[in-house]
Amino acid sequence: MPLELIFITEQVVNGLFVGVNYLLIALGLSLIFSLGGIVNLAHGGFYAIGAYLVVLLFDRIGYPAFAAAPLLVAVIGVGVERVFLRPFYKADPALSLLLTFGLAMVIEQALRMIFGATPRPFSIPEFFRGQIFIGDFIYSRYRFAILLVATLAVAGLWWLLQRTPFGRIVRAGIQAPDMVGALGISLRPYLTIVAALGLGLAGLAGAMMAPITGVHPAMGAEVLIPAFVVVVIGGLGSFWGVIFAALLVGVVRGLTVYFYPPAAEASMYLLMLLVLLFRPRGLFGERIARFE
Amino acid sequence: MAHSIIRPDRRQLIKGIGTTALLAGLGAPYVARAQSETVKIGHLTPLTGFLGPLGEYAQLGVQLAVEQLNAAGGVNGRQIELLMEDSVNPATASTKAERYIKRDNVACIIGEISSASGLAIAQVVERNNKLFFNTGCNSDALRGSDCSRFMYHVEASNSQYVKGVGSAFLRDGLVDGKKIYFLTADYAYGQDLSRVGKKYIEANGGDVAWEDLVPTDSTDFSAYILKIRQARPDLIISNLAGNQITNFVKQYTEYGLDFPYGGFGFDTAVAWGAGKGNFGGEWPVVWHHNLTAPGAKEFVAAFTQKYGKPPENQAWGDYLATKLVAQAMTATKATDAEALIEYFDDEPKLDILKARQGYFRKRDHQLIQEMYTMTAKPLDQLEDEWDLMLLGNAVPGDGGDLEAIAPTEEENACTLSAA
Repeated sequence: MPLELIFITEQVVNGLFVGVNYLLIALGLSLIFSLGGIVNLAHGGFYAIGAYLVVLLFDRIGYPAFAAAPLLVAVIGVGVERVFLRPFYKADPALSLLLTFGLAMVIEQALRMIFGATPRPFSIPEFFRGQIFIGDFIYSRYRFAILLVATLAVAGLWWLLQRTPFGRIVRAGIQAPDMVGALGISLRPYLTIVAALGLGLAGLAGAMMAPITGVHPAMGAEVLIPAFVVVVIGGLGSFWGVIFAALLVGVVRGLTVYFYPPAAEASMYLLMLLVLLFRPRGLFGERIARFE
Repeated sequence: MAHSIIRPDRRQLIKGIGTTALLAGLGAPYVARAQSETVKIGHLTPLTGFLGPLGEYAQLGVQLAVEQLNAAGGVNGRQIELLMEDSVNPATASTKAERYIKRDNVACIIGEISSASGLAIAQVVERNNKLFFNTGCNSDALRGSDCSRFMYHVEASNSQYVKGVGSAFLRDGLVDGKKIYFLTADYAYGQDLSRVGKKYIEANGGDVAWEDLVPTDSTDFSAYILKIRQARPDLIISNLAGNQITNFVKQYTEYGLDFPYGGFGFDTAVAWGAGKGNFGGEWPVVWHHNLTAPGAKEFVAAFTQKYGKPPENQAWGDYLATKLVAQAMTATKATDAEALIEYFDDEPKLDILKARQGYFRKRDHQLIQEMYTMTAKPLDQLEDEWDLMLLGNAVPGDGGDLEAIAPTEEENACTLSAA
């Protein structure tokens, strides 16, 4: 393989790793939207909370902090769903948009008040430090761990939605909520669990990113927009669409950095523009009849 | 989109956003002390956005200074009243500066970190014959083409940063005949730093063989790091800003490359945010809490006692500016701009909490001062989370002319308009 091609391949592979970072946040965003119809602008805030929690907990309990932080975020998510989201499921989406926008600002300012604006120091735990070489490719061992955890989380979510009674009701709720209600099944508890799952996934993403990115109050805002772009490219409500789009955005970004770095962040918006021009519902977004 | 999912009521949305902007932009100023016959000082600095972490330290610094001054009797027998607000962006900074002067009748304005906002404030003070003490804007242009008689610079200029740390790179043989990789923040500050840095590298026989302009909202540097690995440079220079540096340093360590690296711009908060074992490279710094000068030690002790953490270099800038303004007011028994300009234009030697005294250079109002370089402290020597850096010797070295690192008249000409 010519050298140039090796380096480009390296960027493509690395792009897949970067895409995984967007994946967990975008999946939760998409899930909450699909069932509850709420576009959660506060989603990034829960990513930030996950990161702060892992920083706080790691000193006290060590590695289990990476499991405890997302679980705690999910628990917080239950509270948030009950108090804030519940009244808005049947309301005009503009209202929930304003609500979650406000919630995002409250979370960011609360983090700033409690922990200060200065980034919190946090490093990759000892066990995951170092690099892995595969031929000429170099990768951080920690990113491999992220890939593994993210794959397990996605597989678990898929299993939950496709293979369990819980998943069947959630999917039915997405397709035909009235029918589910007519069958005597209340969607309420399912909405709560779905919100907790979605927010927990954002918390997991934040916890895993904390060692390799700056942990500061506004970090949620940094990931929210890319996550939205991923959801829009993939198609709102599409499970595989989100996964494909997240990886695609990562790869396109990596290649843009390789050939024309100043457009690195703009590349995903351009991609979104192209996708929307030719497939207004996103790449995989067929099944959103409920919202039309 | 035919299948619009989000159907915001446009008017409602605009109203909501408008209200939010209004609340964020025009909040009532924080008044530290309200008394009649006080001397008012207006403080502006960004508290939100990627400069927010530094702005927070700026406020802590100015508050401590005012508290100490008032406890010692104020200036000319009058207490100081401190007004503090978030400068947000150039447009808001300009509005707030105007209001500080017209409504609150402040004696001067202190602060700012963004060079663009700094320029906006400078234009307001110039129209109103008030002074602005810049504590955090680095751009050379502010001291050159955009210089103003009413603006003084406590913060070092990009030239001082570049020449400061550049001397360490020269000493280590990393410049002459070497191929260098620039990572540059793609906005005014990064580009100004890159321009000054390139001139320095080329003048010393180095070659900036690669430069990537990095968007300010980039948080993942892995793609850049792979490019650097492919390029195999002799030295990597960061012209990045704020949180970008934290992310780059963390991820560079993550990928374990061993090309020497460092940067032309730096603040200690950025290293503190990276954490143990992540920070490395060689960097310039305008002030550091480990300095042993008596003034520095007193400041660090007072700051640590009040806030429970050591001061960041931005806290030094705002603390020092406030103390220097008070010193000039006391010495001249006046608070008007002309008296203060006359005082500083004599180039009196000032205690700036460093080993050597400094002075404001008359021709461009830049504080002429020593700088420092620093590297990472070995992991087994770290005492606490603030103790990550090993401070190098002062630049210029003992006996060296402090002007040697400042921009020369040819490099950056300034014409101060007459009164």
